[in-house]
Amino acid sequence: MKETGDEMSYKDNPRIPVSQQQFTVEKPSDITTIGGTVTVHINEKKIKVPFGTTILEACRQNQIHIPTLCHHPDLCIAGNCRICVVDVEGMKTLQASCSYPITSPLKIHTTTPMVRKARRHIIDLLLSEHYGECYSCFRNGNCELQALAKEYGVDGYTFGHITEPKYRVDRSSAAVVRDMSKCVLCKRCVRTCIDLQEVGVLEAIDRGYDTHIGTFLDKPLADVICINCGQCINRCPTAALRANDPSDEIWEAIDDPQKHVVIQTAPSPRAAIGEEFGIEPGHSFTGELNTALRRIGFDRVFDTNFTADLTIIEEGTELLNRLKKLLVDKDTSVKLPQFTSCSPGWVKFIEHFYPEYLDYLSTAKSPQQMFGALIKTFYAKEAGIDPANIVTVALMPCSAKKFECNRPEMVNSGFKDVDYGLTTREMAKMIREAGIYLPEIPRSTFDDPFGDASGAGLIFGATGGVMEAALRTVYELVTGRPVPFENLNISPCRGFDGIKQASVKLTDCKKGYDFLNNVELKFVVAHGTANAKKVMEMLNRGELDDVHFVEIMACPGGCLGGGGQPIPTSLEIRKLRAKAIYEEEANLPIRKSHENPHIKYIYENFLTDGPCGKLSHQLLHTHYTKRGKFIA
Amino acid sequence: MLIMEKNSLSEEIQELVNEYGNDRSALLQILQGIQKKHKYISDFAQQEVARLLDIHPVEVYSVITFYSFLKSKQRGRNIARLCKTISCDLQGREDVEEAIKRELGISFGETTKDNRITLEFTNCLGMCDQGPAMIINERVYTKLDPEKAVKILNAIK
Amino acid sequence: METLLENTKKRKGPVLFSEYKQGDAIRKVLKNKREFILQELKTSGLKGRGGAGFPTSTKWMLTATANAEKKYVICNADEGEPGTFKDRVLLLEYPELVFDGMVIAGYTIGAKYGIVYLRGEYGYMLKSLEGFLEQMRKDNLIGKNITGKENFDFDISIRLGSGAYVCGEETALIESLEGYRGEPRNRPPYPVNTGYKGCPTIVNNVETLASVPHIIIKGGEWFKKYGTDKSTGSKLFSVSGDCEKPGVYELPWGTTINELLKIVGAENVKAVQIGGASGVCLPKEQFNRQLAYEDAATGGSVMIFNEKRNMLKVLKNFLEFFVEESCGQCTPCRIGNVRLLEGVEKIEKNEITFAYINSLKELGKTMQVACKCGLGQTSPNSFITILENFKKEIFKYERNGR
Repeated sequence: MKETGDEMSYKDNPRIPVSQQQFTVEKPSDITTIGGTVTVHINEKKIKVPFGTTILEACRQNQIHIPTLCHHPDLCIAGNCRICVVDVEGMKTLQASCSYPITSPLKIHTTTPMVRKARRHIIDLLLSEHYGECYSCFRNGNCELQALAKEYGVDGYTFGHITEPKYRVDRSSAAVVRDMSKCVLCKRCVRTCIDLQEVGVLEAIDRGYDTHIGTFLDKPLADVICINCGQCINRCPTAALRANDPSDEIWEAIDDPQKHVVIQTAPSPRAAIGEEFGIEPGHSFTGELNTALRRIGFDRVFDTNFTADLTIIEEGTELLNRLKKLLVDKDTSVKLPQFTSCSPGWVKFIEHFYPEYLDYLSTAKSPQQMFGALIKTFYAKEAGIDPANIVTVALMPCSAKKFECNRPEMVNSGFKDVDYGLTTREMAKMIREAGIYLPEIPRSTFDDPFGDASGAGLIFGATGGVMEAALRTVYELVTGRPVPFENLNISPCRGFDGIKQASVKLTDCKKGYDFLNNVELKFVVAHGTANAKKVMEMLNRGELDDVHFVEIMACPGGCLGGGGQPIPTSLEIRKLRAKAIYEEEANLPIRKSHENPHIKYIYENFLTDGPCGKLSHQLLHTHYTKRGKFIA
Repeated sequence: MLIMEKNSLSEEIQELVNEYGNDRSALLQILQGIQKKHKYISDFAQQEVARLLDIHPVEVYSVITFYSFLKSKQRGRNIARLCKTISCDLQGREDVEEAIKRELGISFGETTKDNRITLEFTNCLGMCDQGPAMIINERVYTKLDPEKAVKILNAIK
Repeated sequence: METLLENTKKRKGPVLFSEYKQGDAIRKVLKNKREFILQELKTSGLKGRGGAGFPTSTKWMLTATANAEKKYVICNADEGEPGTFKDRVLLLEYPELVFDGMVIAGYTIGAKYGIVYLRGEYGYMLKSLEGFLEQMRKDNLIGKNITGKENFDFDISIRLGSGAYVCGEETALIESLEGYRGEPRNRPPYPVNTGYKGCPTIVNNVETLASVPHIIIKGGEWFKKYGTDKSTGSKLFSVSGDCEKPGVYELPWGTTINELLKIVGAENVKAVQIGGASGVCLPKEQFNRQLAYEDAATGGSVMIFNEKRNMLKVLKNFLEFFVEESCGQCTPCRIGNVRLLEGVEKIEKNEITFAYINSLKELGKTMQVACKCGLGQTSPNSFITILENFKKEIFKYERNGR
């Protein structure tokens, strides 16, 4: 089943404005037929476009610049900022180019005096309401309002400037901070939350001048069903939405000689952090980052891929245990398919929206949390450091990890397993503060005792990566042979389709796994919570009865599109990051989790009960909370 | 809210959904039904409506706060709205306004202590030839003067 | 009900308030083809009576030729424009005209469903209108197989609004009916192609629909006799303000303002606001202008201000209205109206410079072309015309003060 996750599925989502629905549906499949293309004149230039193309798309395809604000490639058209207005000959009013479809030969001008004046006025109006604190704002230099003001040569506040913030900053959530005084009401966050992610936490409240983006009953964000995926942060043009930044506390810990500060880095930030330094997306800076982190003052730098490998062993074993229960013990109460649980946004999503299915989730923790638990027990012992003095920081592409590390049950080490979750953007800020230009410093490796991990752990960053890593291990564990895909690249797992379904047949299984002989191991991979919802509805309808394993990532594109990744985001950028991840992985010496020597070491010397044994359960597994949808 | 109240409210909302349908285009009619009976749409009611129509609660809240006549917070038993648009203004609305404020002891936007009347302003009621005009719970009163307005308000239970 | 309506209808004109027996136009229409109706409408030159003035025949033709299973006829009874109360009279005293018009519209475009979007403030009418519809159903004038014509089903339901002026805009109205915030849509595509629930929809004002039965019975040529070339027929003007006989007057298009003032008994008139808060404010010198789409257009609202009125206060009232009623979607309307209102408050307090007033006038001109819907596009009209036409009065203390 091919369900696109990268573009808005118009038929499925009735909230896509009708202005988009109609002409998208009517675009003819064969544009060479008569009426399939239309010739228009834009700025005196003759351009031929398919019927129904918007003026903005036509201009962008022909290198004609039109500024936009509420427009976003991932989201449906809004047409409410009015910055993109252009002059269409014959029409009394200016038209918004982002939404005006070309259905007849038009003459369009994108920079008449009226258009320029209109754009300038709109920017002036936005500035008159925007409580800008540019010097101390985390979007300073990367803000779309700033960019527009610069482009239009704004050198004064024509309509005044607000001097007091209109709204109080909402800092209730561990992950997302809302500062509505900076909001320009482009409604991208609303479209993201309701249309793209289908979580539905943000909407426009009140009417007219009092309009603001708010939650149900204007409650603090922590009190509503926000899953902390942070996709709204990635798409906000200003700093109205930002992540909860702990870097000040981390600096304090680093500067404190008593504290032993340890950082674990995930693959997705490494594939994207170059964007924060002006490098185009698609280049990984793993080695450079290690050097930078040590220069900043972190005592140890570990690779989260190690616990990604560990997660594969634990979750893979859990899956085999469930399969054994079903096929050998004939226990039909066993919950299959098994859902991955490493995405904290997805975990909170299922806790709110489908709490009756919590037993289907794997009990394994996410790699970040497993690492926290191991660092404050295993590593503390090996290195001879008092775990009370260890501060664990996790560099993640994820905003939900900030919520995850604060979950009350994540204290299995006897201390808070992970102290701080740090996003890619915040990490780049710290690196810049230390005066380091990341792309040009020498590379180095990760620290022991966890060392360098396998490629299977690395591909966790892309959607389908967990599934691919799991299959590489499970297949070989069961059959003794590597997966039957060229170069171990399981292509049905790769790509940006919203929901991917495939299967791999297990034959000639090893002794002890003969119950799996000729079983078709079916799996489903979904990314973005809108697709997660679809998968859960499939489960409801019984369509997943013969599926064994489901990977779900809350963020579109997987972790590489996470709420903590560099801004801006778009499908092209996410595809380039995926390319970087898969390229980095293909060159690694070890590409299967179970072949990672450090994994073998930890099971022999620490987790002696083996995967899913008692010790593993104590440190590396967790339980969940039924939250439900009702907001008290 | 007590369980009993919640249950009866759920039943009412279910009846409204049965009458008007359970797709989004019925939302405004359902909310108007709840508003008419209870004078406001409570938190619980909003989430029930969201559940039955399969939309998010914040979308229900968003629609309620958009329209002037739908309230999400508790108001007085009767809502009196005085038209403040220019035609009524020209015909002596300010005097009527002052008289009402004096008599009830509250300003516009507030509710009397005994919860009897909430005063609000509204925009053109379409009674411009017979102003000043006031609408109390869907009933329109025209050609007001301070005395008449006060008399009408005092007679409301 | 305390509304006194007997006094409201001040002048009965030749068209709308003339005799009509319910059902006559429907029966005539059903004997003819759809093309007949469209032709009559085209000849008559009927234009939208809500203020925008779009040719009705074109709207109906575009919808009639659209290919879709379901189509809708929506009657826009969200009469929110300050100073307009003609639809109130039509709905209370001539509902047969309106509903017959809807049935005819349904027949012409091929729709089975009609919806009347009645503004929340007219909730007191609901019962009587629904009773009227019930009677029409009994008389087989709506429902299935109307007047015995097979396969022509058309039913009308009434939906209430909830106190939002912006829902008078056609796409905002459709959004409101669909259960969303009443925020206008991007156009194109227009409701004639993609309207209520994505189906071709016509949204017509009450008066437009009420004119249709008369045109059908007496013909488009007869209708054309009244009014001017470009504004045919007669119009209901709801006159209020400083005049002896405020009320609803039916006058042919082309009547000059002077003539109207004489009819309603207005003396010492300083200004006349044509078109409600979103219209233009005309001074004495322009009272020879005609009320017509090509000159001073209006949806019916005429507000009269005498010599004693403070025009700045009038302007402030209008801007406060727009600030409150703006839907808040697009930037220029949401913030622009507030800036204009603040400008007026500054003028009152004598704290403004002419340079800033000019910036605001430029802002007004931008709003007129850049806003997403008619509300934002017309809200600066009063600002620009009042400041222009009543300059001396408004700024007189500035001249003396310096």
